[in-house]
Amino acid sequence: MSEHHHDTHDHHHEDGPHSSFKGYMTGFLLSVVLTTIPFWLVMADVFENRNITALVILGFALIQICVHMVFFLHLNFHSEGGWNMLALIFTLVLVFITLAGSLWVMYHLNHNMMPGMMHEHNLSP
Amino acid sequence: MSDAHALSHASPGDNRPPLQFLVRGEHHPQNATLLGFWIYLMSDCLIFACLFATYGVLGRNYAAGPTGADLFDLPLVAINTALLLLSSITFGFAMLEMQRKRLNGTLLWLGITGLFGVAFLGVELYEFAHLIHVGAGPQRSGFLTAFFALVGTHGLHVLFGIIWLATLMVQLRRHGLIPANTRRLFCLSMFWHFLDVIWIGVFTFVYLMGVL
Amino acid sequence: MFDQLDLTTLLFGRLTWESFPYHDPIIVATFVVVAIGGLAMLALVTRYRLWGYLWNEWFTTIDHKKIGIMYMILGIIMLLRGFADAIMMRIQQAIAFDGSMGYLPPEHYDQIFTAHGVIMIFFVAMPMVTGLMNYVVPLQIGARDVAFPFLNNFSFWMTTSGAVLLMVSLFVGEFAKTGWLAYPPLSGILQSPGVGVDYYIWSLQIAGVGTLLSGINLLVTIVKMRAPGMTMMKMPVFTWTSLCTNVLIVAAFPVLTAVLGMLTLDRYLGTAFFTNDLGGNAMMYINLIWIWGHPEVYILILPLFGVFSEVVSTYSGKRLFGYASMVYATVVITVLSYLVWLHHFFTMGSGASVNSFFGITTMIISIPTGAKIFNWLFTMYRGRIQFEVPMLWTMGFIVTFVIGGMTGVLLAVPPADFVLHNSLFLVAHFHNVIIGGVLFGLFAGITYWFPKAFGYKLDPFWGKVSFWCWLVGFWLAFMPLYVLGLMGVTRRMSHFDDSSLQIWFQIAAFGAFLIAIGIAAFLFQFVVSYRRRESLRDTTGDPWNGRTLEWSTSSPPPAYNFAFTPQVHDIDAWWQMKQHGFQRPQAGFLPVHMPKNTGAGIILAGISTVLGFALIWHMWLLAGASFVALLAVTIGHTFNYKRDYYIPADEVARVESERTRMLAEHV
Repeated sequence: MSEHHHDTHDHHHEDGPHSSFKGYMTGFLLSVVLTTIPFWLVMADVFENRNITALVILGFALIQICVHMVFFLHLNFHSEGGWNMLALIFTLVLVFITLAGSLWVMYHLNHNMMPGMMHEHNLSP
Repeated sequence: MSDAHALSHASPGDNRPPLQFLVRGEHHPQNATLLGFWIYLMSDCLIFACLFATYGVLGRNYAAGPTGADLFDLPLVAINTALLLLSSITFGFAMLEMQRKRLNGTLLWLGITGLFGVAFLGVELYEFAHLIHVGAGPQRSGFLTAFFALVGTHGLHVLFGIIWLATLMVQLRRHGLIPANTRRLFCLSMFWHFLDVIWIGVFTFVYLMGVL
Repeated sequence: MFDQLDLTTLLFGRLTWESFPYHDPIIVATFVVVAIGGLAMLALVTRYRLWGYLWNEWFTTIDHKKIGIMYMILGIIMLLRGFADAIMMRIQQAIAFDGSMGYLPPEHYDQIFTAHGVIMIFFVAMPMVTGLMNYVVPLQIGARDVAFPFLNNFSFWMTTSGAVLLMVSLFVGEFAKTGWLAYPPLSGILQSPGVGVDYYIWSLQIAGVGTLLSGINLLVTIVKMRAPGMTMMKMPVFTWTSLCTNVLIVAAFPVLTAVLGMLTLDRYLGTAFFTNDLGGNAMMYINLIWIWGHPEVYILILPLFGVFSEVVSTYSGKRLFGYASMVYATVVITVLSYLVWLHHFFTMGSGASVNSFFGITTMIISIPTGAKIFNWLFTMYRGRIQFEVPMLWTMGFIVTFVIGGMTGVLLAVPPADFVLHNSLFLVAHFHNVIIGGVLFGLFAGITYWFPKAFGYKLDPFWGKVSFWCWLVGFWLAFMPLYVLGLMGVTRRMSHFDDSSLQIWFQIAAFGAFLIAIGIAAFLFQFVVSYRRRESLRDTTGDPWNGRTLEWSTSSPPPAYNFAFTPQVHDIDAWWQMKQHGFQRPQAGFLPVHMPKNTGAGIILAGISTVLGFALIWHMWLLAGASFVALLAVTIGHTFNYKRDYYIPADEVARVESERTRMLAEHV
């Protein structure tokens, strides 16, 4: 825990992260690239296999989320004594549990209880 | 027990300077607003996680209705994504102006950000109206229900962001870049960029994977 | 929905004279009693000119201590309502045999068990837990208030608003008949077309806003506002468990908001989330609501684990055994509570792999919980135990909770759960942990911190009467339910055919009556203690020879809590101060920076109540108007920048010298 308790009276300057033009532009350009590629991959049907496309664009989305977190939300391990990062990591773990857990549970449920209505075979429109 | 004894026995004959048990002078706890707002955003993130999970489960229950490939208009989504990205960078410019203590510049960039936000909402409403018009409203199938709920919730957030932005612009005009206002700007900036992050999930998971 | 827009529907929605249950004698009688009581209360408040006092000192207060007390009062009032439901069910099940349908028609009975569950969890346990944390945490960490004092007031009134809506459902319309989690498709618009489920949804959504905000508030308070020197591993255990509880609140309640929102869309707009047709999936609701629901039970129990830890070490005169292991156990439970939700629906049919995963994670939770039990036992071991009332509750808890925990592990075994699912065994299990854990803990906490809050101890005799009635009553009321559950009796039945079961229900009903006496003794204890307050007076601020910082201030503490912020060096900060012969400073006081009272919280919550009522009854005009008003007042409130003031140094000096005089007189 960092202790800032004995700071001067006028301590609003420590509020919020300091940002720079360079940082915002880097983030912006990176996210333009990271948005364009997945759109292009899908719209131009680059890969034969749809599963590969899906995985690749999910990868791009994850990278872009990190870019936004770093360059726009100014996230690092130091802000607010690390509590921001800790909260984020905890939340991401829970998001993962909620998403993956629900899909896993519901997939098995459908598989066991409604075998006629499974959708694996009609993925393609 | 042993600890207590150790303490009481140690203190009388101890040569160390006595412990200070009070803070002399005024004590200022750190301002908690930014962390508090960040925690709020984390909780909001979990609302979206539920909506994504629901979309993941219901997303292919078309009920013999239209599919994503039938409905989604990717160029339109690309325009929307561009609008939101641009609004993000303009919000960044507003924050840079704020750092330089330039009120008018801040207000100008905030205004531009708001316009991009309104344009985003306009496009989204057009898309929704079109879908409902062709009979693909939220009541049509599990897929469309989950789609409208997820994208609509994101849109509602953008709407509240715009209302907040307008309110804050009035407050900035009235009081200038005082600490209370810059704190609010930081919060709104987090909110705005957070909506961007959610949108990355939406366009990838819903739109792009929906037309695959 | 919009096809018959005449003026009456526009104004009153589906509310008609038929919506008032004037044909039901039980409800009419209740209404008469409530109305007379309410009018008498209003008359008294007016007679003694207390409106100004209540408004200025309580309703608009942002003082965490007063808000904490108001939470407790809300919880106790709702406990009476929730318990009234419980005893009605017990009587019904004790007499509805051999062709007798009892005195409650099934449709009324269904509302009662739903209301009982909803009230006890959301409007008894939650407010009381929040109230305790609100009162104690800032004092324990040496802070002057919470991080966001206005939000604190707003959260309280939102919780109250939800409770008000739920109470209104008793006299206007009906409540849900679906069970406390309102599973679809039963709670969908086709099977429950009435207003009951809508009351359920909106009272929980409105109260949920309050819960979430107070969770964020307390979480940030603990992270940011600890006294200097109080590192994470020097926080009192109650503060630690509160921290974990608030993490759980912040991370779980959004899920409830989302899933209830989806149910709302299904009911109001005809979407297909949880419908049987059009590709909806009702099981998704059950999946999501338990992702909230399981952490929720830990939200309830964790702070009480903290209470027991404080109580055990104080009354054993010892430092808590295994502080670090207690902290780690709490954190492990916090994380694990997200990995077990499926054990609530093993029978849904997800198959062996899924069920065994969730069965194992559930069983693992008993390890950190067991560690805690041993820590408490080892704290008591060779301690100089004082058998004060909070200690009695704690020992009652240890015995009762261990039994409840073991039946929980039984239920965690999927094949056993297939037999016991939705049986009275399950009902007995969760009452065993909630009464034996949460309620006993609340009573321990109330008795323990009451002198801090009001300046005099609670009368121990009536406390003991209450304890023994609750303990024996609990065992008599719920052990028969274990037996019945093992025999295969399912929950939520309003009458039975097999008369050989009746004796068990009669024993359970007798137990419930003992609990009723326990509640009466608990309330009577307040009256007696108030009348004997001079002889029970706590002049020192430290009536139990406590160990943590809340005992270093006066009882009740001044508005600013601490004239000087404490500097912490040890887990038991106040104990260490006492050991070192700490002397209170008599001079050199500084002005104290404090937040100002505001009426915005109660106004916003009031508008939310109207909004909720309008949405329930489809009064679209009123709903629109109140939504706009809500937005306008919120925005208007943000234009208020003058939210704080200074208590002058003279005033601080006057209060502190008053305390010095009191301490000197009574040494």
